[in-house]
Amino acid sequence: MKSVSARICSNVHLTEDILRMELETEIASEVACGQFVQVQVPGFFLRRPISVSEVTAENRLVLIYRTVGGGTEALAGMREGEVLDVFGPLGNGFPLLESDVVLVGGGVGIPPLVETAKRYVKNGHQVTAVLGYASKEQMFALEAFEKAGAQVIAATMDGSAGTKGTVMDAIREHHVSADLPVFACGPKGMLGAVCGYFRHGYISMEERMACGIGACMGCVVRTPEGGSLRVCRDGPVFEIGKVVL
Amino acid sequence: MDLSVSLPGLNLKNPVIPASGCFGYGREFAGLYDLSKLGGIAIKSATPEERIGNPVPRIAETPWGMLNAIGLQNHGVDYIIENELPWLAQFDTEIIANVAGATEEDYVEVIRKMNASPVVKAYELNISCPNVKHGGIGLGTNPELAANVTRMAKEAAEKPVYVKLTPNVTDIVSIARAVEEAGADGLVLINTLLGMRLDLKTAKPVIANTTGGLSGPAIKPVAVRMVYQVAKAVRIPIIGVGGIMSAEDVLEFLYAGASAVEVGSANFRDPYACVKIIEDLPRVLEKYGMNSVREAVGRSHL
Repeated sequence: MKSVSARICSNVHLTEDILRMELETEIASEVACGQFVQVQVPGFFLRRPISVSEVTAENRLVLIYRTVGGGTEALAGMREGEVLDVFGPLGNGFPLLESDVVLVGGGVGIPPLVETAKRYVKNGHQVTAVLGYASKEQMFALEAFEKAGAQVIAATMDGSAGTKGTVMDAIREHHVSADLPVFACGPKGMLGAVCGYFRHGYISMEERMACGIGACMGCVVRTPEGGSLRVCRDGPVFEIGKVVL
Repeated sequence: MDLSVSLPGLNLKNPVIPASGCFGYGREFAGLYDLSKLGGIAIKSATPEERIGNPVPRIAETPWGMLNAIGLQNHGVDYIIENELPWLAQFDTEIIANVAGATEEDYVEVIRKMNASPVVKAYELNISCPNVKHGGIGLGTNPELAANVTRMAKEAAEKPVYVKLTPNVTDIVSIARAVEEAGADGLVLINTLLGMRLDLKTAKPVIANTTGGLSGPAIKPVAVRMVYQVAKAVRIPIIGVGGIMSAEDVLEFLYAGASAVEVGSANFRDPYACVKIIEDLPRVLEKYGMNSVREAVGRSHL
């Protein structure tokens, strides 16, 4: 991990509140799938932890983020050519298993699974990506998974595209094997349902954090034994069963 | 440029100390730079038993600052003595053990256990944490209680005792005076200001603990004012803390009467903050005509 100046190559809306920012930075080559970076948005105090969606070149990475407040709105207003202070890569990331995998993503939990799909396909494995959205208008990144060579199954809550309902409805409708390892990222309710269906796998957690490196103890998650782990340092990826949702 | 500072129990090569709770035990930062560059390290609060801390969310950003309500999460004093202090021994920097508890006896117990460690050079009594239900801030807002826990800590301690004060009081000077009279070797001020943020969609607090401690540059003027007021009223040394982001901020605290400083949430924004400040400090001191850190201390009172 290191602190670098990253040049914005592009920063475009994928939906009304989801943007895709491509950055030119040397740390791109160090990124493991499922890791995140801490972005310093000019004018704000704390950094924004944002997962790396994709590594597109040795010195280029993609962040897909949702505007949820002043900081991400300011980030959305930044233009090509501007420079961002970026710290990372941080966290552990998804393991690279010798196996076919199922990726399950909900909403803004979808982005870190893109690079994961790319690496698994590259290693010769079959990847099934089950992606959940609120509606057709809010769908994004589907093409990235298709381009990566994954089999894509979509679900929308309002039924405007794909299976009507949640990712779990889509998983059951398409008879996705519960024996394959699953990698999931999304809201806690979705993660809970995924953990109940698949026999083994990994989930990526999200939490409000400050330092991003494990020092402040701001982003802890409980273990079944009553201990605690840090989402930023011990995660964000945890094996199913190792943390309490 | 002479950056050294000599305080009770502490021979600091420079006046910059990462603040307790913002630096853990240094492990995460040791991968980024050599911790021996630091004047000292105020390690995370130790309590007699392990504390699991508060529910999440524990963090919320605010205008030029942040709220936290960690809840003194730590593995307990025995674990720290066995696992963290020996690891810290490898660095050439002064270790200040921050001590917390729910009762006065808790402070005494932690101090008695840590007395034997050659790594710990001084204690910092945390009687100012706003995020725990008992002890903490309760002891720090009343002059008699603050003096009493200071006296008990001094009796138990075989190393100098600094007392970290809360700004959440009507008159910090009366607390500072009471603690000085009780035998404190020095003061650390300020801890966080009690604050709150509400979510606009749910109308509920963003922090699970309802309230949290406000830190960051937003509180710096409050901290400078309190260091200034207390420096006028006491003779024991002051370590200033509150929103320091730059070497210029350090100089401002020195002028107000601090002999050294602690850097807290700036470490979250920039993990290299402390070393950058240390490297820039000679330039800033020189720019304002100072030949040493000592020369700048208390200059606003001359």
